[in-house]
Amino acid sequence: MMISDASRDILYKGLWQQNPGIVQLLGLCPLLAVSNTVVNALSLGLATTLVMALSSGSVAIIRNLIPNALRVPVFILIIAVLVTVVSLLIQAYAQPLYLVLGIFLPLITTNCIVLARVEAFASKQPTHLSILDGIAMGLGLTAVLVTLGALRELFGKGTLFSGADLVLGEIAKGWTLTLFQNYDGFILAILPPGAFIGLGLLIALRNRLIAGR
Amino acid sequence: MKRRARQFLNHIALPGLILLLFSAIGAFLLAGTHQLTAPAIDRAQRALLQSLLTQVMPTEVFDNDLTQARIDLPADPLLGLKKPGQGYVARQGGKPVGVVLEVIAPDGYAGVIRLIVGIHADGRLGGVRVVAHQETPGLADYIEIKRSPWINQFGGKSLNEPAPAGWAVRKDGGTFDYRTGATVTPRAIVKAVHHALQYFEREREQLLK
Repeated sequence: MMISDASRDILYKGLWQQNPGIVQLLGLCPLLAVSNTVVNALSLGLATTLVMALSSGSVAIIRNLIPNALRVPVFILIIAVLVTVVSLLIQAYAQPLYLVLGIFLPLITTNCIVLARVEAFASKQPTHLSILDGIAMGLGLTAVLVTLGALRELFGKGTLFSGADLVLGEIAKGWTLTLFQNYDGFILAILPPGAFIGLGLLIALRNRLIAGR
Repeated sequence: MKRRARQFLNHIALPGLILLLFSAIGAFLLAGTHQLTAPAIDRAQRALLQSLLTQVMPTEVFDNDLTQARIDLPADPLLGLKKPGQGYVARQGGKPVGVVLEVIAPDGYAGVIRLIVGIHADGRLGGVRVVAHQETPGLADYIEIKRSPWINQFGGKSLNEPAPAGWAVRKDGGTFDYRTGATVTPRAIVKAVHHALQYFEREREQLLK
């Protein structure tokens, strides 16, 4: 299948050039709070991606019906409804995931990256591109979350993928990789300051890569 | 007058109606999803509670549905409860064989630690689990069963085993293990479990009716 130029541009922007996590620096509250392990980071990242795709899609469909003055309240209403629907579904059919994500699941509503993409992109663009934009931005955020989660988990606990069984059930029990045996742990990495320091390092790395060109 | 009427229509009435329409659609969607998911959510929550309770009260010793066998616990200082809490009575053939008590350890390192404590009718501990806490991640979270078997050392203990002086962490001359660097947390839990046993001793008649 051929990917159109517009789609490729959207993917490139979401995943790298305009990455929400390390370029736009939007939606950092959950990013910093939940990125203490890979599994937590991946779970919240994918839940956010799902909400972004749904809300961008819904807004794009009705974009010509909403008066300009009512944009923001209607968008927030749509996002809040979708988040509640998604969190009810997760609670019903994936309870362990619901327990892992906790308060950060309903808080996706207030994640400014969701509203930002709806307002900046979906309210002006066709539906299929808007859905793609939601997915690309969501995955961009997820990638940063997972990288940060991996760094913090590795330095903080010496493991990767710990807690996978909480999300995926018994089969995932053996998935935890212990990279350092008898590692005492570096608690700073797991505590909130570790998130700030880690994110700072990621931003610096990206800037370095760009400057190097 | 005509202009004002049109202004009212365009800037207040119409937007209000549109907002109302979207709210109605949103409310409809939410109500529908709630209807659809409510039974599954209820089942999932019941299963979660059930699996938690059976970790402190072995399934072999009772045959009733624990989640349905609730009793109200008063806000007793020995339980650490500030508001009335929940207990669950295990029965075998209708005869009470043990209770699971909701207990709070008020003096954790970072706030309260919520526990459930399973006690057999003869006063032996079935087990203890931490339900919620805010202790330091990576340092004091070994109290969670998913991180370490530490909490299992309570199984089989009772008021006389160890003797009262032994109901403390080793550092304080007791018999319970702890990890260096995080003593406040296990100390709080040992004390809370000891208190729960004292409460059970005092209220046994009432609890095992």
